[in-house]
Amino acid sequence: MASIFQGLGAATVLTPTNSIDSKKFHVSPRRSCSERKARFLVVRSDGSLNMRAHRANKLITNAVATKPDGSVASTSSSKPGHELLLFEALREGLEEEMDRDPSVCVMGEDVGHYGGSYKVTRGLAEKFGDLRVLDTPIAENSFTGMGIGAAMTGLRPVIEGMNMGFLLLAFNQISNNCGMLHYTSGGQFTIPVVIRGPGGVGRQLGAEHSQRLESYFQSIPGIQMVACSTPYNAKGLMKAAIRSENPVILFEHVLLYNLKERIPDEEYICNLEEAEMVRPGEHVTILTYSRMRYHVMQAAKTLVNKGYDPEVIDIRSLKPFDLHTIGNSVKKTHRVLIVEECMRTGGIGASLTAAITENFHDYLDAPILCLSSQDVPTPYAGTLEEWTVVQPAQIVTAVEQLCR
Amino acid sequence: MSSPSAFSSLTTITCKPNHNIPSIIPSKPISTSFLGSTPKLRFSPLSTPSSTRISCLPILAVSDVVKQNQSKTSTIRPNLLITKEEGLEIYEDMVLGRSFEDMCAQMYYRGKMFGFVHLYNGQEAVSTGFIKLLKKADSVVSTYRDHVHSLSKGVPARAVMSELFGKTTGCCNGQGGSMHMFSKEHNVIGGFAFIGEGIPVATGAAFSSKYRKEVLKQTDFEDVTLAFFGDGTANNGQFFECLNMAALWNLPIVFVVENNLWAIGMSHLRATSDPQIWKKGPAFGMPGVHVDGMDVLKVREVAKEAIGRARRGEGPTLVECETYRFRGHSLADPDELRDPAEKAHYAARDPITALKKYMIENKIASEAELRAIEKKIDEVVEDSVEFADASSHPPRSQLLKNVFADPKGFGIGPDGKYRCEDPKFTEGTAHV
Repeated sequence: MASIFQGLGAATVLTPTNSIDSKKFHVSPRRSCSERKARFLVVRSDGSLNMRAHRANKLITNAVATKPDGSVASTSSSKPGHELLLFEALREGLEEEMDRDPSVCVMGEDVGHYGGSYKVTRGLAEKFGDLRVLDTPIAENSFTGMGIGAAMTGLRPVIEGMNMGFLLLAFNQISNNCGMLHYTSGGQFTIPVVIRGPGGVGRQLGAEHSQRLESYFQSIPGIQMVACSTPYNAKGLMKAAIRSENPVILFEHVLLYNLKERIPDEEYICNLEEAEMVRPGEHVTILTYSRMRYHVMQAAKTLVNKGYDPEVIDIRSLKPFDLHTIGNSVKKTHRVLIVEECMRTGGIGASLTAAITENFHDYLDAPILCLSSQDVPTPYAGTLEEWTVVQPAQIVTAVEQLCR
Repeated sequence: MSSPSAFSSLTTITCKPNHNIPSIIPSKPISTSFLGSTPKLRFSPLSTPSSTRISCLPILAVSDVVKQNQSKTSTIRPNLLITKEEGLEIYEDMVLGRSFEDMCAQMYYRGKMFGFVHLYNGQEAVSTGFIKLLKKADSVVSTYRDHVHSLSKGVPARAVMSELFGKTTGCCNGQGGSMHMFSKEHNVIGGFAFIGEGIPVATGAAFSSKYRKEVLKQTDFEDVTLAFFGDGTANNGQFFECLNMAALWNLPIVFVVENNLWAIGMSHLRATSDPQIWKKGPAFGMPGVHVDGMDVLKVREVAKEAIGRARRGEGPTLVECETYRFRGHSLADPDELRDPAEKAHYAARDPITALKKYMIENKIASEAELRAIEKKIDEVVEDSVEFADASSHPPRSQLLKNVFADPKGFGIGPDGKYRCEDPKFTEGTAHV
């Protein structure tokens, strides 16, 4: 199942091409790791560390940026850390937390013996046993509700939706119980669950398997939502989500599981509420998340060649928004482009647009542009599917228009 | 049917039909050809005694066990089903449930409480019969008709009444209301207002019990969870899904169906292809029992065995209690569909009157003693109203409390600080 998504390396977006053909983008052959890593620049955002000293202990922002200033470029295999794929990073985070805290458990369809449909839980059932890595019958609302009941009574379940779309069947449990029960119980019961799974538009998976549920879930009070996009933040967000006392929905993208990156050997966690600076720039703020980050970075390459200097921020926290990072960027560039895979109507982009208008309207020199997926059920046919989601060429055009 | 003397004979607590067709499937059909070569793949969490159950132990009908136990209990007081102490306790609990709900109706009509208020009148034998057998660490998951389950589990009447008045002293600080009663201290884990959604949560609580015993090794036994729900819920998918999971993993849970024959205006007989809900237990490999839910002593005997099974690690039980609500679905329900003759039939079988009669006839308690209990309860309920009335309404500062267990969930504001650190958040005046 997962194998069809192979071929999208993290660095493929960085290959020097002006092509905006997403087909080509999808199937571009994997390059050697060293070649890929050579083009990564690891930036530690020390600035934010200083500015938010009260959170510094939790904060190791390790943004992958592509600004070619060439100051740090290391390819040697002796570089510290280890290299892994995004799904392995998720598993590593999960395994570390299960080692650390015996109340952390996993439940979902095929998470145990099968190892998860995208192998995020591979080997965990063998290590931790069938109760801690519980294969459930196909009953989304009931096993999600069961996870919530277990969380109310002392466990910290990680609930996997085999495909995020399946969680529509658990919408009641996620909304009424996950989101509201801490409040309606007057704060007596906490629901420290993580709900996670693959979503987004894959490669011709058809309408039902290509959904972006963040738009549906965003108005549920009492839950947090994060979207991972790199092996580094996948692991860090997984660990943070498990440790959070709040219910957290962690969005993964079917096309990103095979991204490769070198991550630190030492333990780290990411901040659930914080955005990630991907590429600092001056001319325009591009806000994105999940897979669209790579479409944006591909466009950024073209834009840089055309003389633009875009700032790219992976908002990462879909609810709540990191208004500090976003605001600072808006105050610097005065122009905002939002690029999302979510639906246009009532999507994350729409909420983000509202939040920026409310908070930073005076800093804007141009109306906010928002590129979203078309409001259509994701078509099966490859050509139609490609026209449904935002492509790099559209991003280039939008920036040119914004900066005119 | 004529109404038999409520407590005539214990042997009527049988699974219907009780002779020719066994009401309980003898054992899980683990060795059938359906499983082919896969029995070894069946769930066996860690090495536990319970996992061996599959191969040997037949599932006993609760009625069989009740019959066996009869001889034991009769050694102390022949033919009596309860001790005086037990009798007074359950009488008091049932009277409390009834008086409390009657008071709720009064307060509702006086404009002291609002919204949908579902009263439990008539069904007291179920709540009392089951919950009074629980330990404090055991859990109860209820529905929107949850006041009396909470009271039986030990939540003070003051806290429940105050919650209904929407006051800070309520068991959920006024944030829950009639259909969302919770008490962590008493392990009342809801209070679920949608049909069926509580059953998975109860299953999760039962899973936690098993996990605490087998993974965390914190206990030697399993705390029991009771999931209460009605006949309408027994047609909902979550009911079937959770019967399956509870039986599959042998969870310490009892599914208690309070079959009051009506889902608002939908007669159980018009909604359900086979109205005998208890039969669905054996279909999933667990005992299914039908019991007269207007008879607290019969309910209690069945409950004792079902709870005992759960605690001993013998797995879940489905109990169908045939009962009746004496009022409409909620206080907003005109209750026009139910036949007056049907109402009269069940009114004549009032579980509180029946228990009183039984205790006096059998000289378990005197009339004076029971009257003293009634008087005490009147005072408790009066006091709860006075307490609720005198309590304060939630202040503005409570508005944003408890949205998130960790208020950092409100995120980071433009100034780089967590928004919950803004004084406006503690004041409840922030815009979220």
